[in-house]
Amino acid sequence: MRTILAVTRKELRQIRRDRRTLLIMAFVPALFLLVFGYALNFDVRHVALAVEDRDASPESRSLVSAFVNSGYFDFVAAVHSGAEAERLLDRNDARAVLVIPEGFGRTVTTGGTAPVQVIVNGDNANTATAVIGYATSILQTASAGLPGAATVQTLPVTMEPRVWYNPELRSPLFLVPGLIAYLTMLMSVTSTALSIVREKESGTIEQIRMAPVRTFPFILGKTLPYFVISLLSAALVFLASQALFGLPMRGNWLTLTAMLSIYLLGALGTGLLVSTISETQQVAFQIALLVSLLPTLMLSGFIFPIASMPAFLQGVTHVVPARYFLIALRGIVLKGTGAFQLLPEFGALAAYAGVMLGLASLRLARERA
Amino acid sequence: MGRLRVLIWKEFLELRQNPHLFGIVIVAPILQLTMLGYAATTDVKDVPVVVADGDRSSASRELVQRFEASRNFTIIDTVTTVSEIGPYLEDGSAWLALSIPAGYGADVAAGRPAVLQVVADGTDSNSTSAALGYATALVGGYARELLPAAAGSAGGIDARIRVWFNPELESRFFMIPGVLALVLLLVTANLAAMAIVREKEVGTLEQLNVTPLRRWELIVGKLLPYGLIGLIDILLVTAVAVFWFEVPLRGSFGLLLAISLLYVVSTLGLGLLVSTISDTQQQAMMTATFFFLMPMIYLSGFMTPIENMPTVIQWITYVIPLRYFLIIVRGIFLKGVGIEVLWPQVAALATWGLAVIALAVMRSSKRLN
Repeated sequence: MRTILAVTRKELRQIRRDRRTLLIMAFVPALFLLVFGYALNFDVRHVALAVEDRDASPESRSLVSAFVNSGYFDFVAAVHSGAEAERLLDRNDARAVLVIPEGFGRTVTTGGTAPVQVIVNGDNANTATAVIGYATSILQTASAGLPGAATVQTLPVTMEPRVWYNPELRSPLFLVPGLIAYLTMLMSVTSTALSIVREKESGTIEQIRMAPVRTFPFILGKTLPYFVISLLSAALVFLASQALFGLPMRGNWLTLTAMLSIYLLGALGTGLLVSTISETQQVAFQIALLVSLLPTLMLSGFIFPIASMPAFLQGVTHVVPARYFLIALRGIVLKGTGAFQLLPEFGALAAYAGVMLGLASLRLARERA
Repeated sequence: MGRLRVLIWKEFLELRQNPHLFGIVIVAPILQLTMLGYAATTDVKDVPVVVADGDRSSASRELVQRFEASRNFTIIDTVTTVSEIGPYLEDGSAWLALSIPAGYGADVAAGRPAVLQVVADGTDSNSTSAALGYATALVGGYARELLPAAAGSAGGIDARIRVWFNPELESRFFMIPGVLALVLLLVTANLAAMAIVREKEVGTLEQLNVTPLRRWELIVGKLLPYGLIGLIDILLVTAVAVFWFEVPLRGSFGLLLAISLLYVVSTLGLGLLVSTISDTQQQAMMTATFFFLMPMIYLSGFMTPIENMPTVIQWITYVIPLRYFLIIVRGIFLKGVGIEVLWPQVAALATWGLAVIALAVMRSSKRLN
């Protein structure tokens, strides 16, 4: 125990000397959260709508205002031909075009059926799906208020949706936990990835080779200060997400701290392993980014649901620690999931941390021998 | 001109000596594209559903059969009462719970309105909205089939929604052109920055400075080989996108190539700029990764649409070159538009490239005099 603390003390002194790195580790995650947290948003509002009103009757105008008053659509232009509408869609000046045919007002007031066309730019499938949903429901509501609709009998089966955990379906509640996992992973891995290779490059590794401390305590002693800094930095990020994005906390703080700690240990272990296998800082940094940045971004369920990926890629996600941490984090803050239910995730993260720290000390032991 | 040729030749010789480079230049972009191409999907299918069938009649089984037959849903379990669905949603094994009340079959047979309850897990707000949309459409369609035939003839609005550019709403078609832009940035900017800083670190930049090479020759000679690598990557990645992922390339390939080259020139300029403000390779990588790469990933519209971001963040996106290039690639691939539509983006990209290169050249001349 005393040897671990001695290594820790030495590492702390070194960190204190490098103020810039310390500041980056402590505050950059919170700063990134501030900018990227607002940028990451799937909620589709203010859809740019162009209108081609060939009828210009009170009825057609009231349909247009139904779109604008819904709050989902912003009126950007009135167009008079299909070519004009096409140009607006091509230039991204409009995302949807509402086409009301001639004679619309006369038809609907006399109880007939009038076709109304909505053209949607489908390039972004996600946004387009939302736009189609909004347009359909606005048209349905408008249709039900028309005189011809009075004869429609109520449908025999209706559906009443209820949403748990995130009733307003706000996407920040889904994305911000992902950003927390991503930022803490990135910072932890890059902070330790250079720690040993730096000693190799400057030659001080020789002294470590001679030091009367065994390898595993040495690794633990080196990890400890970074662990404390990362934990504080993660706490800062978490509190900032509660203050800025209204992230709830429905579960247990203790469970969250335990999960976060084991996740950070795994991330720091990954950095150490990278550091022991690399010969230069440049290589270490490259590998660190490759193993932490892309998988945590793409394969953790941060943004893209794992269930939608092909089977072989879903298999790959099982070795991405952020996957387990995200299930736990979202469960704890949004669903209030208890510690007992998260045991499998905790086990997976603990196994990952154990393997990483174990491999790192094995590699270093071989280097010292 | 002869001197320039010699310098370029020297740069190629140096590239050949670095065995890892082949991997970074050829394998990494393809690997990233395939991985990201498969992972980056927001399509929702096979939503896991738990059914609480309190009726157990032939009518309720028929409804459940409808869900089972749809490719959007997978029934994972059937329970009897609503109170049993909690655990399924809590541990995430089901996203949607369909609750059929007791007496549902009798109500439907007697023509009394029956209400189904659907409980959704709102954690992944994006997938959940899509899943609820599918469920609403499915139940609505089923209910209309149960109506007596005569009731269908009522008047009103006939909504005709048409999707342009991506009628199947494949999210992959939107993401993959974006990956092309991202991969090019990763390869060219990082490599160029490190190549120059390496000469600085080793001290050979001083030697180059005392050769009769003019400044522009030095810069062009250092950057041109990486420009060629960029060109190879453009061809490779476009081939994988078109032939493997079958993303439609509706616009002109020549135009795509020309603008991609313009983009590569500006990213190389960015690499040059990073190299002038860094003294060590580590600083260069840190600067490139945290201050250029990360903002570009999150603020360019690659992940989430710019129009969803708050206004202040939207202003920031105007200084991000990837923003313009993304509009260009997506426009050429999906919409098949040409220069007559894209010229504002091309102009912005060119301006950005010129500004960055001018800044980098100014910095480097100040430094060396």
